[in-house]
Amino acid sequence: MLFTIFAILTVVGAVAAMSLRNLVHSVLALTLAFAGLAVVYLQLGAQFIGFAQILVYVGAVAILIVFAILLTREAAATPRSILVGSWKGSGVVVLAVFGILAWAIHHSAAYRKAMPPQPEATMQQIGNALMLRFALPLEIVGLLLTAALIGAVTIALQDKQETR
Amino acid sequence: MGETADQIFVILQRWLVSHAPASLRFPLSALLSVVVILGAFALLFAITTVLERKGLGRIQNRYGPNRVGPFGFLQPIADGIKSLTKEDIVPQAADKAVHFLAPVVLVLAAFSLYAVLPIGRNMVLVNLDAGVLFFFAVSSVMELTIFMAGWSSQNKYSLLGAMRAIAQMISYEVPLILASVTVIMAAGSLSTVAIVEKQAGYTGILPHWFVFTPWGFAGFILFMIAATAESNRSPFDLPEGESEIIAGYYIEYSGFKFALFFLGEYLGMFAISGLGITLFLGGWAAPLSFLTWVPSYLWFFAKLLAMIVVFIWIRGTLPRLRMDQLMNFAWKFMLPMALINLVAAGVWRFLPQGVLRWVVCSLLVIIPYVLLGRGLMQGWKLEKRVYQFAE
Repeated sequence: MLFTIFAILTVVGAVAAMSLRNLVHSVLALTLAFAGLAVVYLQLGAQFIGFAQILVYVGAVAILIVFAILLTREAAATPRSILVGSWKGSGVVVLAVFGILAWAIHHSAAYRKAMPPQPEATMQQIGNALMLRFALPLEIVGLLLTAALIGAVTIALQDKQETR
Repeated sequence: MGETADQIFVILQRWLVSHAPASLRFPLSALLSVVVILGAFALLFAITTVLERKGLGRIQNRYGPNRVGPFGFLQPIADGIKSLTKEDIVPQAADKAVHFLAPVVLVLAAFSLYAVLPIGRNMVLVNLDAGVLFFFAVSSVMELTIFMAGWSSQNKYSLLGAMRAIAQMISYEVPLILASVTVIMAAGSLSTVAIVEKQAGYTGILPHWFVFTPWGFAGFILFMIAATAESNRSPFDLPEGESEIIAGYYIEYSGFKFALFFLGEYLGMFAISGLGITLFLGGWAAPLSFLTWVPSYLWFFAKLLAMIVVFIWIRGTLPRLRMDQLMNFAWKFMLPMALINLVAAGVWRFLPQGVLRWVVCSLLVIIPYVLLGRGLMQGWKLEKRVYQFAE
């Protein structure tokens, strides 16, 4: 029941993000889709990925897109609808692809296999896995991101001094 | 006796819920907690507005509100009635739906921040494993609502305010989270309840709060500076800057929607102060070992009020920063300090207990602080300012 509501919300958000005329509206609709997806993650018991989804996508990606729109162009509505011309044809193609894929999945061997028990992924387990088994990849990613951060600040620092 | 006073709300809630039919128990208990949180923090908001106006008045050599009720303490009721009866004006060019949604989502997000704050012993709405992550995730939603408000008003000042707000909040979110990460490293958990428990216990009469370690102290200062910026309060109130862009992103809001923005802003401030208390100041724990008989929730609110007083004091003391100063401070000072502090926290964890780790970690924090400060101050000419007409 809850899943249906949030699935519909996510899909509506995604469709609106593609079809709305106003760019900022599209971003807000996209945010709705992100948030809906996060709720679906939470319902599946994946707390970490659910909140990380909100933090990264709603908090960073959406804001980044907003910033890009505001800095680059007038955020006015485009005069014509984005759903134009051959949308009927593309709709048929989409439906056909979806139908074929659904049919294939439904008849595949993987679908008939018994569902494995739902794995528990608590914060503790994720933390342990990241800190013990995957410590090296984590360190490398962390080092890379920190280096990028410091590099960006360094570049900004030099720019400032030149203009002075 | 002390135990009962401490747990009085928990016992009361259980007693009330036990009278309900079994199927209704869970929703009823959740509803009760939510209503209490809404009531308590809305009341705190009302008290804070009076305290702030009176405190600022005192700092600025005037009285502040003193007409409504004893000492002007009923002023928020008058304010509330006033904002309810005012006309709700929506600009003709405004994006109606987004304009309406912005304050609503802001207050919703601000209230949901309290879900993970432990207000007292056994008094937390949900003890999430990822509590701190939840807090930061929800507070990032608040940034988006500020953009929604500023953009949908179709006013250049509000758009400017929104862009300032977003730039500022993104910049200060980095040191805010990095400062919190030290505590998460030390506590080994993202759950707010577990972090409070990690700080329990006393040496002599002094508590084991994280603020009483070199990295914790530096982290707390960084956290509070970033928290001031995140809640858009002076000296980081550029997004509102009355003298530059009038009121920033909520310039086109009137009546109760304006009050909602006001409420959301204060709730955000309380929540982030509450998180600071949870992370660094031992949550609801008593500050001295012989004071543990005082109920835990009273300690939480006492600490919260102390933080609010500091916020008001700073607002009355410091002038507003300039945009470039704001950005420079975040990226060139706060960020490196937060990164170095992270190293200090790691070193603290792996050195044996004793004087050595105090010395090493203190030096690890103090030396970069001095060097960074000196480096950034280079080329500044600080001299006594002469005012032509004020002397």
